[in-house]
Amino acid sequence: MNFVWVVLIAVSMIAAFFSGGPEAVTKAMFDGARAAVEISIFLLGIVSLWLGIARVIEDSGLIHHIAHAFRPLMSRLFKDIPGDHPAITSISLNLLANFFGLGNAATPIGIKAMQDLQTLNKDKDSLSFEMMLFIVLNTASIQLVPFTVVGILAEFGSAAPSGIVLPTICATTVSAAVALGILFLFRVLMR
Amino acid sequence: MKDAAFISQLVIPAFILFTVLYAAGKKVRVYDSFVAGAKEGPRIMFKIFPYLLAIFVAIKAFQASGAFEFLRQTLSGSFSALGIPPEVLSVAMIKPLSGSAATAIFTDIVKTAGPDSPAGRISAVIIGSAETTFYVLALYLGAVNIRRTGYLLPVCLIADAFGILIAIAVVKLMF
Repeated sequence: MNFVWVVLIAVSMIAAFFSGGPEAVTKAMFDGARAAVEISIFLLGIVSLWLGIARVIEDSGLIHHIAHAFRPLMSRLFKDIPGDHPAITSISLNLLANFFGLGNAATPIGIKAMQDLQTLNKDKDSLSFEMMLFIVLNTASIQLVPFTVVGILAEFGSAAPSGIVLPTICATTVSAAVALGILFLFRVLMR
Repeated sequence: MKDAAFISQLVIPAFILFTVLYAAGKKVRVYDSFVAGAKEGPRIMFKIFPYLLAIFVAIKAFQASGAFEFLRQTLSGSFSALGIPPEVLSVAMIKPLSGSAATAIFTDIVKTAGPDSPAGRISAVIIGSAETTFYVLALYLGAVNIRRTGYLLPVCLIADAFGILIAIAVVKLMF
């Protein structure tokens, strides 16, 4: 991240001189800072909300039933998570929420999942492979129906707006598989 | 389609109803339990905020500086040569950086090129199958304050690039 950030900032500042818009870049950075605050405040609400629900799930023991239901599926991908660890439940719920296109539930539960995975991490300063796997699954965006897209297509008079659903599912499934393939390939190469 | 949207909207209320009733049935003090969990929220967001700030400032500066536009124009030549509508490149390049900007550009393409045009369809599939990678990374890495990310970033960026090619291929094959 360090490298990417330095490149992004340096390239932007240098490009600003040539394109003659240093003022625009300064303004854009302040806009970015403001956007970060606005999104954080929005996230503060939904993250707290889902952490509250997550605690109810833990205290009532429901967490064990959810973990039990998803363990067979999850232990295939996430081999190093013990059978009854809270991470099984948070990862399962995050992937389910993503699947249904419920971003406002998926993101907070994903944050919880990262923290659950961190409790299993041996080196707290480096990402575990489990964490990378979880993040790659999230950036692959496995989703059943892209409602926003269908909505926009319908609004502008598409003959069959939901015709896009099947191609999207195919594309997202293949890309998720490719993304996992790349991750596992890197693991072998970097060893 | 309406049914699918309705079922999707039903998931969260049904899940919360079930959770709360189940917990009440198990004699859990649901309200106190919820508040105790929610108390963790501000602490986590405090931790994540600087990560979000850093990434948002860098992305906004990159877009406004003309560097993004330069990169896009350089690449759009090779896209046209391959018979791919160049508008698609704008959506594909912006999606990992900003979800709202990607949706805005997608809406614009649908408006100008038409919803059933190749450009409209390919960008629809890209929007539906790609994720705002940098935002997800900032959030999830910020949540655990991890500095050493190993090979995660190259994996995500290579996967994003493949995702775009796959989206184009799928649309060419299925329409």
